[in-house]
Amino acid sequence: MFIAVRDLRFARGRFALLGTVIALMTLMVVLLTGLTAGLGAASVSAVAALPVDGISFQRPTDGQQVSFATSSLPAEAVATVAAQPGVTAAWPLGVSTTRLQADGGATTVTLIGGDPELYPALRHGQAPTGAEVALTTDLAEAQSVSVGDTVAVGGQRVRVAAVVATTSFNHLPVVYTPISTWHDLARTDAITAVASTRDDAASAAADPTGMTTVSRDQAFTAVGGYASEQGSLNLMRGLLLAVSALVVGAFFTVWTMQRGTDLAVVRALGGSRGYLLRDALTQAGIVLLVGAAVGAGAAAGLGAVAARVVPFVLNATTVGTPLAAMVVVGALGAAFSVRRVSTVDPLTALGAAR
Amino acid sequence: MTLTLTDVRLTYPDGDRRLVALNAVNLRIAPGELVAVTGPSGSGKSSLLAVAGALTSPESGTVRIEDTDVTALDQKGRDRLRRERIGFVFQQANLLASLTALDQLLLVAHLSGASRRPAEARARQMLDRVDLGGKAHKRPHQLSGGERQRVGVARALMGRPALLLVDEPTSALDHDRGEVVVALLRDITHEQQVATVMVTHDLQYLHLADRTVAMQDGRVIATQPAPA
Repeated sequence: MFIAVRDLRFARGRFALLGTVIALMTLMVVLLTGLTAGLGAASVSAVAALPVDGISFQRPTDGQQVSFATSSLPAEAVATVAAQPGVTAAWPLGVSTTRLQADGGATTVTLIGGDPELYPALRHGQAPTGAEVALTTDLAEAQSVSVGDTVAVGGQRVRVAAVVATTSFNHLPVVYTPISTWHDLARTDAITAVASTRDDAASAAADPTGMTTVSRDQAFTAVGGYASEQGSLNLMRGLLLAVSALVVGAFFTVWTMQRGTDLAVVRALGGSRGYLLRDALTQAGIVLLVGAAVGAGAAAGLGAVAARVVPFVLNATTVGTPLAAMVVVGALGAAFSVRRVSTVDPLTALGAAR
Repeated sequence: MTLTLTDVRLTYPDGDRRLVALNAVNLRIAPGELVAVTGPSGSGKSSLLAVAGALTSPESGTVRIEDTDVTALDQKGRDRLRRERIGFVFQQANLLASLTALDQLLLVAHLSGASRRPAEARARQMLDRVDLGGKAHKRPHQLSGGERQRVGVARALMGRPALLLVDEPTSALDHDRGEVVVALLRDITHEQQVATVMVTHDLQYLHLADRTVAMQDGRVIATQPAPA
């Protein structure tokens, strides 16, 4: 990196410009990643929090996907699933959208009916029974509701028996209640799905008639809009990474061409192709790492502020993964460009060799 | 002999046919000898440097530098030979824009894997030898044309070469500065006992050489002691 470091110092304006571009691209990719994760959590964290292995839905019609919104199963489906080979436990699951009215105001919520074993971690109170519900922490705070208060869910008065860890479903806060209460509040005898824990034998077993079973994580796509929302954001991230690779590649292509004579001189002085390649890649690596680190740092700061007002997940994964991706795709772009340093002919160092 | 070319032939593709750049060239240059190679454009002067400097391989014939048969070396061997036994002084100096005068010399040491401290001492000594000790930290754009060429000479000597190959060192210099550079090359050739081949079309400096070799159409057409 003898030449690399000196080039960086000498042409610091040009490299600062490239570093700034890389930083801005990284900033956007990290912010998008945090937002993608945040929106994902707002959409499916209630599903992700279910301590189950599989969820059985009403089998969709041809060409359709399983969906919490359209699935409807008879209550007996729980026993049917429980009788399947490899199923160790099964619970009914009811999911509906309704309105919660409290002294603090009214809001739309997702009402999930099921066994308390399926609820997130209990924060205050006791698991609800009868005409009782459990509110998630953020919802309880937003509505200024405490354990023991009474709220209206779907127009019926219920007591708040517990406050549990925050989850959300389809971008709505969640209210948990026993399945019997859910039947009353949702005004139906049916259930939405059957949640189950399973061992290896279950994967080989055929689904019961009229049902389709998917893993808990696969069930994310059964939440309305989740797949298209994530797909759009991931497409944007992919495009940003591709543009970054092109920008870095274009810069180093021009840079390598500009220093063609210098490279030929180094070859004539006895520098090997490997030496030049290592030097050029080190140079690209330094610019990439510094630019990407600055961008990721700025994004982490902005993300911390953004998380107060929009769904945004800021953690080592949402910062580190896009940072690593930027460095990798940038390095690929740079490697593609600087590979031509290995083909420089030392003969061209002589002014008029031919 | 430091450099021996025996029956060397080199051709380049030129459309449908091949252009003969060197044809049956025989040349022997001893340590401490400055040989000026002259001739019109296209006479094969630079091709002679390319072959002697292991930058390209001849079609036939042999090139020996000290006891090494250059034509038998693979690319890594030729790279190593250029690092360890050959010094180049290029037309226009060809200094790297981002490197200071001192770094231009340290690059040679770095390529050879030499330790930093003795290399820096050697580099400063070489810069002093070409009267540029006070400009060690200047970059090429901060130096005059003559100074740049002298840095090029110091860089060529940094690795203690046995063979010094000089390509048109005065082409970008006025007469006085050109004479200083060629006189420096002569002095260094004698005091450090390197074999020096200087390609030039500038006949006014031939009196500083120990011998002149005239080329035409890829052949050596005359060899004679330099005019007094």
